[in-house]
Amino acid sequence: MDLTSASINFSIIYPEISLLIAAALILVSVFHKSANRIAPYIALIGIVVSIAMIFKQWGHQESGFFGMITCDSFGVTFKLIFDVTALLSLLIAHRYMISKGINRPEFYALLLISTMGMMVMANTTDLIVIFLGLEIMSVPLYVMAGFAKRSLWSSEAGIKYFIMGAFASSFLLMGIAFIYGASSTTDLRRIVADFHFIMSNSPAYMLTGMALILVGFGFKIGAVPFHSWVPDVYEGAPTPVTAFFSVGPKAAGIAALLRIFIFGFANVMMLSTVFWVLAVLTMSVGNILALKQNNIKRLLAYSSIAHAGYILVALTVGGNDAISAAIFYLVAYIMFNLGAFAVVTLMETRSGCKSDFSELVGLAKVHPYLAAVLTLFMFALAGFPPTAGFFGKFYIFSAAIKSGYIWLAVIGMLNSFLSVYYYLRVVKTSYFDSSDKSFIPVKYSLSIIIVLVITVIGTLGIGLFPQQFLNWSQSALFAFL
Amino acid sequence: MNLDAVIFIISAIVAVLGASMMIFQRNPVMAVLSFMVSLLAQAVLYIQLDALFLGAVLIIVYAGAVLVLFLFVIMLLNLRTTKELGPSSSLMRHLGKYFLSFLLIMEFVFIIKSSFFKGASLVGVMNMKPEGFGTVTSVATLLFTKYLYPFELTSILILVAIVGAVVMARKDKNIDRPTENKLGKN
Amino acid sequence: MFATFYPILFLFILAGIIAGVFVFLSIFFGYRTKLGRKGDPYECGLKPQGTTKDPVPIKFYLVAILFILFDIEVVFLYPWAVISRKLGLFGFTEMIVFVIILLVGYFYVLGRGALKWE
Repeated sequence: MDLTSASINFSIIYPEISLLIAAALILVSVFHKSANRIAPYIALIGIVVSIAMIFKQWGHQESGFFGMITCDSFGVTFKLIFDVTALLSLLIAHRYMISKGINRPEFYALLLISTMGMMVMANTTDLIVIFLGLEIMSVPLYVMAGFAKRSLWSSEAGIKYFIMGAFASSFLLMGIAFIYGASSTTDLRRIVADFHFIMSNSPAYMLTGMALILVGFGFKIGAVPFHSWVPDVYEGAPTPVTAFFSVGPKAAGIAALLRIFIFGFANVMMLSTVFWVLAVLTMSVGNILALKQNNIKRLLAYSSIAHAGYILVALTVGGNDAISAAIFYLVAYIMFNLGAFAVVTLMETRSGCKSDFSELVGLAKVHPYLAAVLTLFMFALAGFPPTAGFFGKFYIFSAAIKSGYIWLAVIGMLNSFLSVYYYLRVVKTSYFDSSDKSFIPVKYSLSIIIVLVITVIGTLGIGLFPQQFLNWSQSALFAFL
Repeated sequence: MNLDAVIFIISAIVAVLGASMMIFQRNPVMAVLSFMVSLLAQAVLYIQLDALFLGAVLIIVYAGAVLVLFLFVIMLLNLRTTKELGPSSSLMRHLGKYFLSFLLIMEFVFIIKSSFFKGASLVGVMNMKPEGFGTVTSVATLLFTKYLYPFELTSILILVAIVGAVVMARKDKNIDRPTENKLGKN
Repeated sequence: MFATFYPILFLFILAGIIAGVFVFLSIFFGYRTKLGRKGDPYECGLKPQGTTKDPVPIKFYLVAILFILFDIEVVFLYPWAVISRKLGLFGFTEMIVFVIILLVGYFYVLGRGALKWE
């Protein structure tokens, strides 16, 4: 084997390395007294450098580390998605962590390493690396969910997430073992090359392995029936962490699912039926349970389940159109979901707030702009026309209809009509309800304002120029299929 | 039946029995000890499959280090007697669970052993075993060349675990007070 | 292949037999007294109260888990040591990277004072 640096190709993991170095600096800086203050800035620099490195990689297709890393435009696109998520979550978190007295440098280091794990997951075709990336992503998330140690809710969220996540990981690992047993390789590219031979030789092992892998990722993206941890964890964890959870791991899980099931195990007819059932269950259960929620964080938790369902529709359909629609939807979802969480975080930095609906009353009178922004995000989540949410759903459902999944599209559309009810309830409460308690004003901070500006521009920009954006997300598929 | 088969059957039975004992024991210390017995039997199975390194690691790391940690945690849990766990629930209440797990096992047996899927009982890996399979040298050669990237990732995973353990288990002394007036429930 | 391990198996069986025989012998030939209070702990005339199992501070746990995490390195160092000559500088570099990443964790532990016993 050639042991020179040429076969290693270091340059393709520069984004990961810059995140890792920033995290390491933060961890070592705990010797210093002002570590709490400098940590967010180190993290910020790390993410910005990482984004710069990603732009350098744009358009190249390379592999390295003896084929363990595949850095194609699909992977690079997802790297960018994860970095933007981390950047926005960092900006949302900073002020909140200080106000709750949990601004500790470890948080930022864990955020960076978790993001790095997601990048690892999306940039490989090897199942072992996917598993390791998943663990590097998940372990920091368990800690981050329980980061507010003085809050019982947060500790509960941490423990619940940890137990469920460890359980899901073991399913995934068992699935990978089955696949390895059938094909004697963990590299998806080699599995694809010999797919018919492997499938005819040991179909039982392959199918069992696929089922177990699907269960593992189903947990991670919060698909029904593996969703039971989602509401409690989302409600209990510190709000910026919830913001990060609701998009980051979901995007990473979708990336890995696309790699494994659309690239690796395409042509298995049974799979599209399984995905069909999963998608319908996930959309419907998420939306129906969201109807009765009285806490915004819980509502957003159920809504995130429902949105995972819409993306699963794209996975059911498969093919170029649906996958580019899924990537489009994912980016749009990150924009308006993080925006909504930024507003919730801003509300929660007031003392004693738990994000109940009653705390929204009077928002429109005291902060008309904030109420307008919240309304925009709710419209986008519900999928109203000039926003990104509408086009995301539109592209997914039209891809479904084009491929003949009429019923799936119909169920999806009915679900989005259902979701309008609870999203508009948030708007209605903040505009029209009245109560005897007066609304406590919130204090803006620069970082939150930056987040709100970015997410509003994203939500509206994608909505106003959907075609350009769809072209971009189609270019992400170029080397992939 | 040759000696290898006899050893396999004995260690397989011990492994399964140990694992079931671990689940059914009310006393946590006994559960950990049963797990250790199961691990020793599994190590024998690994060695029979020529996975020498794995067998050794299983004994060194799991039976040696991880289970000691388990015992440590049980000590910290401070369960004085098994009585504190409450009365043991009746078999009838768990019948559904047992039934489901039984179904799952039968499903696996069906998939793997029945002729529903053509050639399902064939396993590909062991039939084409390369020279020197499972020795430390061959594992090391793979680990440090082809699997270099996963190897380095493992160190990051351990780093995260270290940070997580310290964050979760260490008492904070001099962290900032919350700037808000009262904490509320959150 | 497995035949090379028969001596070890034989050792296991021998150990089991010897241990079993000694237990068996002590049951049959040992002198046993059955006194009611012989089993009580010696407490200078006071009656024993409660159990000896008091809560253990969490710092024991922290030390234990940190020990395990650094102990896992053995799994990687052992095979590396076997072929380190063959890998040469390449292998040395990769192990240095591995250790440096863990060293960050070690410095973090020191910086947080997690190993301090106050």
